[in-house]
Amino acid sequence: MTAAGPVIPNFGKASACITDNRAFCWGWVRAHWHDTLEPHLIQHVELTFVAVAIGFALAFVLALLSHRFRRLDQPVAIVAGLIYTIPSLAAFLVVLPIFGISYTTIEVPLTGYSLVLLYPNITAGLRAAPADVLEAAHGMGLTRIQTLWRVELPLAVPAIIGGLRIAAVSTVSIGTIAAIVGGKGLGEPIFIALGAPHPFRTEIYAAGGLVVVLALSLDLVLVVTRRMLVPWTRA
Amino acid sequence: MIFDAANTHAFLEAFRFIADNPGFLAHKALEQLELSGAALGIGAGVALPVGVVLGHFHRGSTLAIGASILGRALPIVVLIAFFLTVLGFGFVNNMCALAVLATGPILTNAYDGVDGVDRDVVEAARGMGMSRFQTLARVELPLAVPLLFTGIRIAAVTVVATAPVAAIAGGGGLGDVIVNQAGYELKGVLGASYCVMALSAGVWAALLALQKAMTPRALRSNRRPSGL
Repeated sequence: MTAAGPVIPNFGKASACITDNRAFCWGWVRAHWHDTLEPHLIQHVELTFVAVAIGFALAFVLALLSHRFRRLDQPVAIVAGLIYTIPSLAAFLVVLPIFGISYTTIEVPLTGYSLVLLYPNITAGLRAAPADVLEAAHGMGLTRIQTLWRVELPLAVPAIIGGLRIAAVSTVSIGTIAAIVGGKGLGEPIFIALGAPHPFRTEIYAAGGLVVVLALSLDLVLVVTRRMLVPWTRA
Repeated sequence: MIFDAANTHAFLEAFRFIADNPGFLAHKALEQLELSGAALGIGAGVALPVGVVLGHFHRGSTLAIGASILGRALPIVVLIAFFLTVLGFGFVNNMCALAVLATGPILTNAYDGVDGVDRDVVEAARGMGMSRFQTLARVELPLAVPLLFTGIRIAAVTVVATAPVAAIAGGGGLGDVIVNQAGYELKGVLGASYCVMALSAGVWAALLALQKAMTPRALRSNRRPSGL
C-alpha cells in the first residue's frame, strides 16, 4: 500500500444483492448471523423467559388467593383486563423514567402483560374441578390443601398450559417493541433496518422471521409438554 | 430511537402537556381512531364471513385455531416492517398491518361461536322447514352473537392499543408524538402515552357496554363476556 493518494475509507464489498436491496440475500444472513442475528435472538429468548417465569409466579399466587377468597376474583379480573389494554409502546415509555435504560424497564411491562394473560387461565383451570370430584375428595378425608395439590391443580394443568402458550407467544411478540428502550431483542435489527433511507429488506425479513419462528417453537414446546403431562386430554 | 432517562417530575409535567395541548392531542387521537377503524373494518370484513361460513359447515377448525395462534405470533413491528417493504411508508401500509392483527381473534371467535351452536337447535330449525340460509341467519348467528362480539372487541382493543407503533412507518396518530422525543420532550411523550392508555381503555369499556346491550336477553345470564 502506498502512502500517496487520498484516503478513501473501505466499507467492505457488499454484494450486488445487498446494494440493490433485493428481496432476500442469504449472503448477508450468513455474514451477520454471529454479530447481529444470533445475539439478538438470545436476548429475545432471555427477555421472554424472565418475563413469563416471573409473570407466572405472580399470577399463580394471585389465582390461589382469589380461588380461596372468591370475592377477590372479579376486581382482579377487571384490573387485569384494564392492564391488558395498556398499549405496549406507552407501557415501555412510562416505565422508562423510573428505571432508566435498563433491563428492568424492559421486563416490568413484559412481566405485567404475561401476568394478566396467565391469571384468567389459571383461575379458570382451578375452577374446572367438577363438584362431585371435590365432594369425593372431601369424603376421602382430604384437607383443603391436599385437595388443592392432589385434585384441583392436576385438573388445572391443561388450562394453565393454555395460558402459558398465550403468554409466551404474546411476550415474544411484544418483546420486539422493547427495542425502543435499550436496543435489546430482535426488534433492534428491525428498527435499525427501518431507520435507513431505503429500509433494508433482508434484515427485516430475517429478524422478523426469527421472531415468528421463536414464537411458534415455544408454542410447539408447550403443546408437547401438555401431551406428556396430561396425555388423556385433547388439545 | 433511544430515550434519555429523566426524573419522575416528567410524570406530572405530562399532565400539564395534556392540559396545554388538548386540541392537538384530540386531533392526533382522532387520526389514530381513523387508522384503527379502517384496519378493524377490513379485518372484520375478511374474517367474519370466513369464520361464520367455516363454523356453519363445521369445517376448517385447524384454520380457525391456526389463525388465533398466528395472530398472536406475528408482532406488529414485523408486520409493519414487512408491509413497508411492499407498500412503502404511510396509511395503507399501517392499515394492512393492523388489519392482519385484527383477523386472528375475529376469525377464531366467529368460528367458535357458530360451530358451538347446539346441534339439536339447528336440527329443529331444519325440521321446521327453514332453509340453510334461514337457519344461519335466524338461529345460528343470533346464538353466536356473544362470541362474535367478543372477537371484535378483542380485535378492536388490540388494534387501538397497537396503532401507536405505526408511527415508526409514518402512521400518524398519537404514536407520532410518542416516538418523537426530540420534538416533544419527555413530558410530551408521556402525555401522549397517557392519552393512548385512556383511549384504549375507553374503547374497551365502550365495547363491553355495547356488547352487553347487543346480546339477546335470553343469553345474558349464562354467557358472561370474558374479562379480556
